Amino acid sequence: MTDLADLTSDVRIDLKLIAGLIEPGSRVLDIGCGDGALLELLERTRGVDARGIEISQDGVNAAVSRGLSVIQGDADSDLVQYPDQSFDYVVLSHTIQATRNARRVLDEMLRIGRRVVVSLPNFGHLDVRFRLMFLGRMPVSKRLPYSWYDTPNIHFCTIRDFVELAKDVGAHVDQAIVLDGTGKRLPFSLPWIVWNLLGAQAVFLLSREDR
Amino acid sequence: MLDAPLTETDAQASLRRSEADNPSSLVMRFGTDAPLTLDAGPAIAPWQIAYQTYGELNDDRSNAILICHALTGDQHVASTNPVTGKPGWWTLMVGPGKPIDTDRFFVICSNVLGGCLGTTGPASTNPDTGRPYGLDLPVVTIADMVRAQAMLVTGLGIDKLFAVVGGSMGGMQALQWAVSYPERVFSVVAIATSYRHSSQNIAFHEVGRQAVMADPDWCGGRYLEEGRNPKKGLAVARMAAHITYMSDRSLHQKFGRNLQDRDALAFGFDADFQIESYLRHQGMTFVDRFDANSYLYVTRATDYFDLAADHGGVLANVFKGTKTRFCVLSFTSDWLYPTSESRAVVHALNAAGAPVSFVEIESDRGHDSFLLDIPEQFRIVRGFLTGAARARGIAGPAEEAR
Repeated sequence: MTDLADLTSDVRIDLKLIAGLIEPGSRVLDIGCGDGALLELLERTRGVDARGIEISQDGVNAAVSRGLSVIQGDADSDLVQYPDQSFDYVVLSHTIQATRNARRVLDEMLRIGRRVVVSLPNFGHLDVRFRLMFLGRMPVSKRLPYSWYDTPNIHFCTIRDFVELAKDVGAHVDQAIVLDGTGKRLPFSLPWIVWNLLGAQAVFLLSREDR
Repeated sequence: MLDAPLTETDAQASLRRSEADNPSSLVMRFGTDAPLTLDAGPAIAPWQIAYQTYGELNDDRSNAILICHALTGDQHVASTNPVTGKPGWWTLMVGPGKPIDTDRFFVICSNVLGGCLGTTGPASTNPDTGRPYGLDLPVVTIADMVRAQAMLVTGLGIDKLFAVVGGSMGGMQALQWAVSYPERVFSVVAIATSYRHSSQNIAFHEVGRQAVMADPDWCGGRYLEEGRNPKKGLAVARMAAHITYMSDRSLHQKFGRNLQDRDALAFGFDADFQIESYLRHQGMTFVDRFDANSYLYVTRATDYFDLAADHGGVLANVFKGTKTRFCVLSFTSDWLYPTSESRAVVHALNAAGAPVSFVEIESDRGHDSFLLDIPEQFRIVRGFLTGAARARGIAGPAEEAR
């Protein structure tokens, strides 16, 4: 069985999926953009006006050296400076689990962007449940080598948890894509409960009728 | 204390005097038909601006980069300084194959207004009197410096600069360019700088100015006519300022409490410590190349600098509607213009929706880091200019040599 870590670090599929959701020529803010791989993909293939925020010095250096407009900053504290609806899309790719206040971050994203894209690893996946139930341990692997006590991922959630949070901040799920352990899309027709069990990662497109 | 080594050769003094009016670099002269208006009120004419260029302007005049120098810098960014005989002050950044690649870009660097190396300043001859301006030159501002540069750039037949780049006071000018002439600047690189002078910044400068003016050889600013030079005062000013350019840690690593040419404390007021000797040397070499009144003018210009002041004190309004791309860099150990000030600029640019890159670079070498060999800085500037050049449709800098 492919374990969760292998899936969550499978960035390529995740980024391609997100890129497919973005209208060409739009304005995009990527929060937690890392070395700027998604931004570069969007700039090159979708002609977007791409901006990024990244907390790690290495990530920012790499992204700026690639010629991207990226600033060193923290999703938890630096989103307040952006005006309302100043971006077409605000993207949070595999980062929500590392934020201190995920609800506030999502709320701010919906304020800043007309649409919000969130991708996340599903902590409700069968493999995670299996490890917790039968091994009684938090999942750790070679490719995501964090133990529970030193992980930056402090707020793991399941697909259903996230859908609840979205509802809670008044967001509408315009689109949801769920991938299984091999990176294949799970069919639309499946009920949420199956997605939550078999989905290794999910990408959501959200919007909110803003006040 | 600073007596003995302060004797200046007559040759050096006369060289410095002649550079003020007749620089050995390029110079653009403006007559009474092209006065330079100043924030202080009056306009000056005739006036002149001394500059150097490197590389070649392309056919559609879209590859020009203006470099703005810091407080006591000059136009010789990548060429030998005629007074000191030393190589250009930013050859790590500017030259063939460097991040500001002179094989790809047409690079302009001018001496600032109020300076002393050929652009009109207090050491220049006042056309009304035939004597050096001294304090008769109106106080100049960063915006005045930029206005003068804009007239130079126009005179060179360039409508829009690809980039304006500067560190420290040069970074202030770069930011001011984006505010004064937003349509004439495609991108800005502002390094180790601020959007305004803090109270502490002004305080240090005031100490320097008071040191100059307390020197009896200053003669109320008329020392050039009296054949004197307030070297002691200017050296002290430089010594105090130099401390602000370094971090506590870098000073201590470099000098510690090491003694200078002696094995034990001398129980006197000679330079017992290496740091004292070093600072004295910095002060003494500075007075050979710089004009004391110029020091008053350029420090005043930075003290008056406050980008938000003309916009109701709201920095975000300053950059409203800007199309310019920005790259803002700060250094962790810079306590003269700390990262928080760069962040304030970045926040304002974000609020204005401007494309901005920002990195705080790890360095324990203080404010001076921007002039030193900090590879991260060059990598980032190269990357930023590469991205900006792609967006502008011109050739970017060469790839970094491996």
